[in-house]
Formats: sequence, structure tokens, C-alpha cells
Amino acid sequence: MNNLAITSSPHFRATQTTRVIMQDVLTALLPALLVSVWAFGLRALVMVATCVAACMLSEYLYRRLMGLDQTVTDLSAAVTGVLIAYNLPVGLPLWMAVIGSFTAIVIIKQLFGGLGKNFANPAIVARIVLLISFTSPMTVWLLPKNSVTPDVITGATPLGVLGSYEGSMALAAAELPTRMEMFIGNIGGSLGETSAVALLLGGIYLVARKVITPTTPLAFIGTVFVLSWILGADPVFQILAGGVMLGAIFMATDYVTTPTTELGKLVFGIGCGLLTVMIRLYGSYPEGVSFAILIMNIVTPHIDRLTGIKAFGGAPAK
Amino acid sequence: MASIFDKSLKGVAVPHRKNTEDSETRVMPVPDKVYIVMSQHMGPPCEVMVKAGDTVKVGQVLGNTEAFLSAPVHSSVSGTVKAIDEIIMPNGTRSKAVVIETDKLQELHEDIQKPEITDKASFLAAVKQAGLVGLGGAGFPTHVKFNPKNLDDVDTLLINAAECEPYITSDYRTIIEDAEDVLEGIRQIMHYLGLARCYIGVEDNKPKAIEKLKEMVQGMPGVGVVALKSKYPQGAEKVLIYETTGRVLGEGKLPADIGVIVTNVTTAACMAQYFRDGVPLISKRVTVDGGAIASPQNVKVLVGTPIKEVFEFCGGYKTEPKKILMGGPMMGTAIYDETYPVVKNNNALLAFDEQQVEYYSETACIRCGRCVRSCPMNLMPLRIEDCFNRDDIEGLKEYKVNLCMECGCCAFACPAKRHLVQTHRLAKVRVRKAAQPA
Repeated sequence: MNNLAITSSPHFRATQTTRVIMQDVLTALLPALLVSVWAFGLRALVMVATCVAACMLSEYLYRRLMGLDQTVTDLSAAVTGVLIAYNLPVGLPLWMAVIGSFTAIVIIKQLFGGLGKNFANPAIVARIVLLISFTSPMTVWLLPKNSVTPDVITGATPLGVLGSYEGSMALAAAELPTRMEMFIGNIGGSLGETSAVALLLGGIYLVARKVITPTTPLAFIGTVFVLSWILGADPVFQILAGGVMLGAIFMATDYVTTPTTELGKLVFGIGCGLLTVMIRLYGSYPEGVSFAILIMNIVTPHIDRLTGIKAFGGAPAK
Repeated sequence: MASIFDKSLKGVAVPHRKNTEDSETRVMPVPDKVYIVMSQHMGPPCEVMVKAGDTVKVGQVLGNTEAFLSAPVHSSVSGTVKAIDEIIMPNGTRSKAVVIETDKLQELHEDIQKPEITDKASFLAAVKQAGLVGLGGAGFPTHVKFNPKNLDDVDTLLINAAECEPYITSDYRTIIEDAEDVLEGIRQIMHYLGLARCYIGVEDNKPKAIEKLKEMVQGMPGVGVVALKSKYPQGAEKVLIYETTGRVLGEGKLPADIGVIVTNVTTAACMAQYFRDGVPLISKRVTVDGGAIASPQNVKVLVGTPIKEVFEFCGGYKTEPKKILMGGPMMGTAIYDETYPVVKNNNALLAFDEQQVEYYSETACIRCGRCVRSCPMNLMPLRIEDCFNRDDIEGLKEYKVNLCMECGCCAFACPAKRHLVQTHRLAKVRVRKAAQPA
């Protein structure tokens, strides 16, 4: 009769698991995918599918070959796949996307110990690696089809346009898309970064599901807004252009590579915003979000060290 | 009182499952045998004062000790001592137990009489004689708690009626059924210890209890009822003190050091009962619940009754039990053997069936921070776990693992299902071992 289970307390747990969290993230990323398919066609879907498959296969094979427990079912590789795809130009040759996926999963994540042990956001690093390795294809942007151009053609992103006018909003005005187009996503850019409204919807969903707190996104976007304004750039344009929305909502909120406490997250968000604006306005690259996030990822352990919370009633350490 | 602007301590929203809240307590008949354990309190165990073959009566002292932190143990039945056994407690330690074959007569011992209480000294002696210990589960000897060195600095009595664990309703039933005793107990404690104020903390998932108490304290100056938000672990001592008075119980300090004495509502009621009829603590109201029990209810059980028989009194098992807990699901102990006896500080016996028991396997920590966001002591469990894994003793001390009260909020909230409480317990042992001279 005595087959009673003896375990440590607590004897029950909340229902949310790592996998459920990943599912929530995938759901939140869906609106952006829909806009992307509407704007760029089925190629967007193919790209996302390729990256997800490449990521999951890389993780599956790595764990298998190394004799480690199989973790691909926790869906974290799938989330990384989607985020990698969202960071790439829609027309990028698929084999390059596969290389990016492999880099993210095997080199940045698995070689460091797997889930929870990576020091930098795998999708961000993948993008940077591809940008440096295949600069030309990584900067060929497809523009969405519209009534004027029923087929998808290549062209510059809003930040690219601004760059060609040496940063002058006034001179670039005629060629730049309207704010509404940028909000909806009827512009050129990476697969998942173009539609602010779709990304914001995803963000709201994540906050409602208690997956993220609004701290980092608000700090990041807020800093970009305020700093741009102070430095004479157009703040609304700056937050709608490029990867700020995608980065702030989905990449700067990655648990593993960002600080744990709310204060830490605030510092992280502000740091990302600061670096993004600096690179955009004073650096050679038109876009700074990826580098900003990478640098802040690297600094995260130090932020964590400085933003711990004090134990309730704790006496000062002797 | 805590101001509304004070931030509440963190915790987790556990399901209440107060299935037995309306169950009128049934008194369980005398069993054939009882096992009176010598260690039913925090502190050194009692020494056995009887031997095999002795006749014992109800209320007779079976175990006592000179040690300061202790309370005597009494016989809950009349009968003959069969043996002095050694049993393995649920936490793995061993304790002696007096095995008594009952004669079902329940004859009271000759020394049983209403105690004479005239002043603080006789009050404390009476509390000790009653064998009273913290009946919220901790089992801290009550007479020691009522006698801090700085009693003059203590101004507030806190009655803990939070009962934040799921399933348990025994304190709630004490309020509903024995409200007079509760208030009499409060009156006595305030009088003899010279305390001007009393707050009774009750979670707001017990509106009837709050209403009843509010009505009854109307004639009592200085006594108030505080409705606490139903969030686990409101019943934890430090949390209760903070949420009712706003005072922070610092590391290494006792509640008396910040002017407070906290006592469980059932302890107060039992004390009043002892003062009235002189019968020491020998029976206990226990909530019996869980998916494997046919008829969940509250029962009044004689101390020493085998748990198996308590379950049988509640209709027995309707499905095979897979896990049996003494206490609630958040902090209770899983027991290895259903013949283990009821002890004084039990307030719940839960039997879960196969479907309700989950074997959680850990996945990687993703540093999500839910553990940090749920810890009422503001600790950072993920860092403590990391320090433990790297055997970083200094880190464990820095992150104050000693302040962990093992409430279970972190492990409850963790999506990776990491065994955080287990790790924290081991970490505390590790730190203690490291502090010992080689």
C-alpha cells in the first residue's frame, strides 16, 4: 500500500511553464507576421518557416549529437527562429538565413550551456553576424506592394532614405513615407519590424498574459523619443522607424539576457535607447538597435549586480 | 496601523479550495490505541515520565523536561501504557512515543482542576501546564512566547487568523464555533501581559468570520479586526506583523523586539478553554480534505490518534491516496506512513489521489524573475540557487538565504518547475555547516 509520494513542499505549482510562455510569445508575434505577408507576400512566410525549421533542427541535432536531454520541445528555438526571420530582409537568400539560425542556436545558445545560459540575445547576434558577413544582401530591402507597384520591388527603408539625405528630415520629406504608413507597416524594412501597430498589439498581449512588464519597452522607446527630440531629430519618426518597436518589445525583454529586477530593466531600456540614438545620429550605420541591445546584453551582469533588491528586514552584511 | 500607501509584501495567489468551511466540526470517538509523541513542539523533546504497564488518565503529564524551550505533553485518553516506542517523524528525525491502549472511559486525572491565576507569573505557569504550543503549525511553546525579556516594550497583541493555506479551515471553524473562547483568550492575554492593543488578522476570503469578530469585539477597547488581502502567505509571522502594523521584523529579531506578540487564534481559544476547565491540550480541530477522501470535513481529534483512523472517520478513501500531507499544500510535510499519529500542532490532514499529485521535473532556469517577484521576504531565489550550485557560501550569506521562510512562493511561481525550496533548505544547511569550526 505504501507507495506514497514524498517530496519537498510546496506540493502544488502554478500552471504556467516555460513552454506556455514561449507559446505566448509566438502568439504575440503573429500580428506582425500577418502584416508582413500582406505587405511582402508569401516570401515572408517562407522565410519565417525556414528560420524556425533551421533553428529547431539545429537544436534537436546538437542535443542529440552531444547526448544531452532533448529540449527542442520547450519551443524556445522556435521563438528564436521567428525573431531571426523578423530581423532579416524578406528577400535574403534562404541559405544565409539558415547560417544565421545555426549561429544563433548552436554557437550563441547551445555552446554556452543551452537555454538560460546564453550571454547575448541569439537572434540579435545572428543578425549582426549576417550583416557583417553578407552586408550587401542584408541591406537589400523589399518595398511592399501597393497600387503603384503591384509587384514587390527593392528600395530604401525610411532610415535608409534619411541617411541618404545626410539626416536632414526636411530634405528627405518628399521621399519619406507618412507616419500612418510607418505605424501600419506599409514601408520597407526587415520582415518583422515594419508594423508598429502589429508589434504594439503583441506587446499588449504579452503584458496582459504577464509574460513581460512594460518597463523595458517603455524605457527603451521613451528614451529614443526624448533623446531624439533633445538632439534635434524627429522623435515620432525615430520611434516608428527601423527596429525600435521590435527590439524594445520582443528582444530587449528576453529574460535570459536582460536584468532581473524592475530597476535593472529600467536601466537596460534606457541604455538601449541611448545607444540606439547615438549610433543612428552619429554613427555610420543608419540603424543602431541591434548593436545597442548586444552591448546592453553584455553589460547586464553588471546591471544586475548593482540593482539587486534588499531583503525584508535584512541586517547590513557584516 | 500600516498606511494604505505602504507597499504590500509580495506573495502568490494560490487557489483557496476552502471546501470544508461550512462543515460543522464532528468529534471523533476514542480510538483503540494512541501514540503520544514526545516531540510536539519546537525545542528539545520531552522525557518520558511513565513506563509500560502504568495506568494513565486523561490530562496526565506523560512527558516533561527542564529545558527552557519546551512544553509538557499530556495523555489524551485513559488506559494502559503498552510500550514506549521510537518513531520516525516525517522530517526524518526520531522521537519517543508513548503507546497507550485506551479503555474508552476517558477518566480525568485527579490533578485536573481549573487553574488559579492571579498575576502574570501564575498566568505563564498555567499556560505552560496546559501544554500549549503554537497551533498555527510551528509549535513554539506559548509560555515562552508570552514571556519575552522586554515585555514592558510590547504594546500589541496580534491574533493570527489568516489561514492562508489552501484547503485548511480549522482556524476559521474555531472562530465560527468557539468565538467566545477566542475573545476570552484575547482578554486574558491582554490583561496579564499588560497589552493595550490587539489586532485580529483575518484574510478577506472569510467574510463571515470577519463579520462575527467585528461584532464581538465591539465591547472590547483596544481590540480591532483587520481584513487582510487573501494572498499567500498572509499568515506568515513577519508578513502578518507588517500587513497589520507596518512594523518590519528585522533579521535575527523576535516580534517582542518590535513591540508585538503574535499568537494563533486557535492557541488563544485553547488557552481560554484550559483556564475554564483545567483540561490541558489533548484534542485538536483538524481539517481533513483532498481528492482521495470520501467526505472532507473538520474533525475534533484526540492527540495521538493514528491518521489512518481519522481518515476512516471521514468516510475513508474513495480513491487510493498518492500523497498524504500534514499541513497545507504550500508548506506541509508529506508523510511516509498513514499510521503516523496526530500531533498537537497539526491543523490539516490532506490525502491527494494520483491525479492531484504531479511529479515536476526541473527545466533550465530562464531567469524570468517570477521567483523574485513573488518572494515576501524580498529575496532573489534564482541567485541563491546559483550560489548553491557553485558552492558560493559568501554569496549565500549575501543573498540572505537565512531569511528564507520556506513558504514556497518561489517554487510555486517558477515556470521551469525548479525545486527552489528544497535548494534553499539545503543551502541553509550548507551555510550552517560552513560556519562550524572544522
